[in-house]
Amino acid sequence: MSDVVLDVQNLCVEFPTRKGLLTAVDGISLQIQRGEILGMVGESGAGKSMTGMSILGLLEPPGRIAAGSIHLSGDRIDDLDDRAMQAVRGRRIGAIFQDPLTSLNPLFRVGDQLVETIRLHTDLDKPAARERARELMREVGIPAVEERIDSYPHQFSGGMRQRIVIALALCAEPELIVADEPTTALDVSIQAQITALLKRLCRERGTAVMLVTHDMGVIAETADRVAVMYAGRLAEIGAVDDVVRRPQHPYTKGLMGSIPSLRTDVEELQMIPGSMPRLNAIPPGCAFNPRCAHAGPRCREEVPRIARGDITGAACWLAQAGTTLTPGEAA
Amino acid sequence: MTLRNNAILEVDALERRFDVSAPWLNRLIERKPRKTLRAVDGVDFVIQRGQTLALVGESGCGKSTIAKLVTGLHSPSGGSIRFHGDRDRLQMIFQDPFASLNPRWRVARIIAEPLRTLSPDTPEAEVSARVDELLRTVGLAPADGLKFPHEFSGGQRQRISIARALAGDPEFLVCDEPTSALDVSVQAQVLNLMKRLQKKMDLTYLFISHDLSVVRHMADVIAVMYLGRIVEIQPTADLFANPLHPYTGLLLETIPNLEAPKRDRSPMVGEVPSPVSPPSGCSFHPRCPRAFDRCKTERPQRSAKVHNRRVACFAAEQGAPDVQ
Ligand SMILES: Nc1ncnc2c1ncn2[C@@H]1O[C@H](COP(=O)(O)OP(=O)(O)OP(=O)(O)O)[C@@H](O)[C@H]1O
Ligand SMILES: Nc1ncnc2c1ncn2[C@@H]1O[C@H](COP(=O)(O)OP(=O)(O)OP(=O)(O)O)[C@@H](O)[C@H]1O
Ligand code: SF4
Ligand code: SF4
Ligand SMILES: [Mg+2]
Ligand SMILES: [Mg+2]
Repeated sequence: MSDVVLDVQNLCVEFPTRKGLLTAVDGISLQIQRGEILGMVGESGAGKSMTGMSILGLLEPPGRIAAGSIHLSGDRIDDLDDRAMQAVRGRRIGAIFQDPLTSLNPLFRVGDQLVETIRLHTDLDKPAARERARELMREVGIPAVEERIDSYPHQFSGGMRQRIVIALALCAEPELIVADEPTTALDVSIQAQITALLKRLCRERGTAVMLVTHDMGVIAETADRVAVMYAGRLAEIGAVDDVVRRPQHPYTKGLMGSIPSLRTDVEELQMIPGSMPRLNAIPPGCAFNPRCAHAGPRCREEVPRIARGDITGAACWLAQAGTTLTPGEAA
Repeated sequence: MTLRNNAILEVDALERRFDVSAPWLNRLIERKPRKTLRAVDGVDFVIQRGQTLALVGESGCGKSTIAKLVTGLHSPSGGSIRFHGDRDRLQMIFQDPFASLNPRWRVARIIAEPLRTLSPDTPEAEVSARVDELLRTVGLAPADGLKFPHEFSGGQRQRISIARALAGDPEFLVCDEPTSALDVSVQAQVLNLMKRLQKKMDLTYLFISHDLSVVRHMADVIAVMYLGRIVEIQPTADLFANPLHPYTGLLLETIPNLEAPKRDRSPMVGEVPSPVSPPSGCSFHPRCPRAFDRCKTERPQRSAKVHNRRVACFAAEQGAPDVQ
């Protein structure tokens, strides 16, 4: 058996709209190994959540997978029907979303929701499931579990709700966890608890994790590899140290430059000029070319891609030519 | 006293309690007592006009509750909030851009709403020109005004709520995690925009963020909260250079650091205590590396004698200079 838990090949997601077809994800290929955390970063609207939703089989119509394949530990899952996919989702893939309210039912006590999910995916009886629910709540750092187990979701703070969602995702001990900005609204100490929890799951249970986040600090301390998305495409992928310290793609460079520093003071943060193109107005060639200081004629005609099967690389003509990038240089 | 004169917001002994008792029938049968949760438990601070005060602290410590008290979405259970500005020009950017945008309205209508409330006689053409301008300001396109919220990604929705807040021509903005759903390059654009607007229009911000590098960049003053109380409040540079409260020290050590990543960073020790039954004395004592006997029985207060009201901690009192 190979160690590849998630294998996404040439994934394309499109939305038919009144004004034609929008391609939200355009030919993404990536793999996650057993026990590995792949970080996903990129411009807001770049297609990170769509990629995650495709893997979970939760794309909302009219959105649809237009091409490509998704395999989970060797089993193809992108062509399963709704019922089969629902079983995979609960048992084999756990989901943690940015908005905890999408995963919690406001009308039920959190303890009951946990017990129900545990019983759906395991054969524990009610008292055992309740004990397991307590354990999971403790594991994700809910204080005074006895007092809070019968509370309703709205009685928790944003961060505590998210921890309940994580407990829900862990109920069935899945092979893969897709975590879409799980720590976005959490303070640093809870964030550290949750990333430590994810890391422990990877190490101890061999869980593979796709971690979508905007927080580069979290990526640097949690992920093994990182994928950078821009306008529906993969801009760069590689080992976390390489991407953070020696980014190859001009967009990744810009991204790293705009992070507020803990050491130096600046009046204005560095910005990448302009904004990401609308999905219906992606320029020909490299999607980043209107904002890129290095853009040359080839960039405006041909789409640069990371060769399929490559585990590191940058979708950039200049980087692929082996040139080191310095600002202002034109290809 | 002269400093106080330019205050736009003064919060004194502010309290907010929530009833989190089991339903009365359960209480009757299981003989469970009533339970109250002190989400905000005696909070004081002042914000000067044109400045930014940031609230930081662990999840559940009461930051969003303070934001909602200041904007009037919750009523206080005790204490006072004095706002010396125009209530109509107090706007809020919510932590949760999913819940705060009306899903049945088109984006242009959502953004125009505060504008129409504030000056109902504005001609339609002017409203739509202003909406287009606001969309561009937050990095969206005028054509996006015709879409519905569900057609946008999380970060794009947050930009819509920022545009809506700006539409109300605010003088005071309560920003609850305004950029945590944004990628760092859009975040840089939004933060730069907020700073520029602040300078141009003398805006005041109550700014909540869990990202301490963002807070460091934005805030003039930082208030650190723990379990419903402010345990430390200092000008930003002082707080980073010389954290006075042990909790602040631990918080600063826990920041994930891009410049020097620590892959084996361990989370802060100890369980986050329950706000329903907070620990006795200093509520941080079960997790505090510097705790001593007195901390278990007595509650430290911020006093003028200890670092000029900057910190509530017995250990910080020892050897503290008498700054007046
Ligand atoms: N129902 C829809 N109809 C049309 N376009 C959509 C729809 N839902 C999403 N999109 C578009 O698909 C693109 C990808 O969205 P996605 O949610 O994957 O972005 P993301 O990378 O997760 O962004 P963020 O970091 O802001 O969460 C966005 O440009 C968005 O506008
Ligand atoms: N409507 C409510 N009913 C009962 N308890 C509540 C209610 N709203 C908030 N609380 C409780 O009050 C405390 C403070 O919550 P608040 O949302 O202010 O925290 P926060 O500091 O904003 O946290 P986060 O960083 O997670 O957003 C929490 O313990 C929460 O469970
Ligand atoms: S150099 Fe060319 S290919 Fe590379 S990012 Fe810039 S525009 Fe794209
Ligand atoms: S008062 Fe005591 S327990 Fe509280 S922070 Fe200070 S030293 Fe620690
Ligand atoms: Mg997303
Ligand atoms: Mg909050």
